Amino acid sequence: MPTFTALDFQILLPQIVLVSWACALLLVSVFARRAGPGLMPLLSALGLLVTGIFVAFQFNLEAEGFGGMLVADGFSAFLSLLVIFGGLLTIVLSYNYLQRMDWAKPEYYVLMLFSISGMMLMGAAGDLIVVFLALELLSIPLYVLAAFAYPDKRSEEAGLKYFLLGAFASGFLLYGVALVYAATGSTSFTQIVAALATAQPLYLATGAGLILVGLGFKVAAVPFHMWTPDVYQGSPTSVTAFMALGAKAAGFAALVRILLVVFPSVSAQLTPVLAGLTVATLVVGNLLAIAQSNVKRMLAYSSISHAGFLLMAVSAYGSDAARFDLVASVLFYLLAFALASFGSWAVVMALEHKEGRGLEFADYAGLGRKAPGLAAAMVVFMLSFTGVPPTLGFAGKFYLFRTVLEAGQVGLALVGVLTSLVSAYYYLRLIVVMYMQKGTPKVHDDRSLAWTAGLTAAATVVLFLFAQPLFGWAAQALLKIF
Amino acid sequence: MVPVSYYFALSAILFTLGALGVLIRRNAIIVFMSIELMLNAANLLFVAFARTYGALNGQIYVFFVIAVAAAEVAVGLALIVAIFRSRQTVNLDEISSMKG
Repeated sequence: MPTFTALDFQILLPQIVLVSWACALLLVSVFARRAGPGLMPLLSALGLLVTGIFVAFQFNLEAEGFGGMLVADGFSAFLSLLVIFGGLLTIVLSYNYLQRMDWAKPEYYVLMLFSISGMMLMGAAGDLIVVFLALELLSIPLYVLAAFAYPDKRSEEAGLKYFLLGAFASGFLLYGVALVYAATGSTSFTQIVAALATAQPLYLATGAGLILVGLGFKVAAVPFHMWTPDVYQGSPTSVTAFMALGAKAAGFAALVRILLVVFPSVSAQLTPVLAGLTVATLVVGNLLAIAQSNVKRMLAYSSISHAGFLLMAVSAYGSDAARFDLVASVLFYLLAFALASFGSWAVVMALEHKEGRGLEFADYAGLGRKAPGLAAAMVVFMLSFTGVPPTLGFAGKFYLFRTVLEAGQVGLALVGVLTSLVSAYYYLRLIVVMYMQKGTPKVHDDRSLAWTAGLTAAATVVLFLFAQPLFGWAAQALLKIF
Repeated sequence: MVPVSYYFALSAILFTLGALGVLIRRNAIIVFMSIELMLNAANLLFVAFARTYGALNGQIYVFFVIAVAAAEVAVGLALIVAIFRSRQTVNLDEISSMKG
């Protein structure tokens, strides 16, 4: 008969803190309507900071809780801190923006906190059913957030599309989990591994494939990407920034852990599938991004292509030589992507006007003269997305490619390099528009956006100088378990 | 006793019907119902194999899934109602305005 120990609750403590804080905030939002609009973002940020401190104490923990359902290790702690950092940046980005667009409602921040708790759970899941529950916990608030600009038609449409396709994807994931359960009699990672020898191989491989489909939807891998451009374009831009990082980071965390811990034995079947997904995602994401005239849609396709680069490293998971570098390089790339992504969305928000105006490439003409700081920051982000030194994006791509080469997948690396070259076209096009074309863009004077853009741009460049020690530290400190 | 493969076949059929429904039907409510069908196909698999293995965990998972499905209903129907109010339709092709 299993009983709970103090360790179980120690592992769950950050979640408990965050979720109870969010519940308390719901009450606060009801009773403190007259307290002014600044109270909720302030309290939510405080809650995230407190949660972050609790997570930081778990960095050196190496434990399983609740009978293996939750895992606390450096990997989950890093991921939690990343999404908490993303949440804090989103709050900074959101406050003025929501006021200006007339979308400010206190529930916004509470939904974000719930979603973050789901993202943290994704990284800490040690059981497939926990992966499913965490995925729903992160997704359901995001569906509401995507439609948060209601009655704006685009936002409603984004919410409905995200909801229908997200729920469709979780159906696949759940059926995959059920098949793995049918094959092994368990959903716990360790018990599945123990039962692999007697498992029905067909059930197991199909189950693994369906789980891959479900998570592929969440991280926006082609051919499961159809929702991405519409949802990114229609959602309030602050929400887009939040889900661009959060859903992707959480999805990849769960994917990496499931593949490396549970499914090394089916790597022969899964590696070609993953490689196919990678090539499709890289090619489609980058080629369709070229055709976009709306900056939000361009960044959406760019986000798809970054999922492709991450998948490229993940598809090397069957190789023993590469699996260690795989985890470190995926986490590193997520960090690089987070900085450039939040920064570029901050610039987009500074130019965005009501009813979706100010989002076309043409609206960026002349930004280099009108707002030199924002334009310079945008240049840094575009270079980081492309993978040009001296930006963190270059280091991130370097480690991803190294992982793939270590696994001996030269063909994949080649596709990655070629599509990187293609991506330079649309990233540089924005720079050309900003500096070479004449225009008078209308830029909002919003300090929180300017600061976010400036600081993330600075971090993207400065951290590049320390990329080598940072990567080494990440690899040693975080990844004992793999 | 009915062999477990029968349950498996039924659940696979339900899942396929659900997935096809999502892909083919254009009414948001029907698409949503099809998604629920997919979740329930998984539930059937859980319950059938929980019995085969003589374990309770599969049956417990079904409760989790039902709870999650209820949460999804709350959010999903709210979204669909909101869209119906502003556009007087729940046909996905008519709702879709963003392209590219």
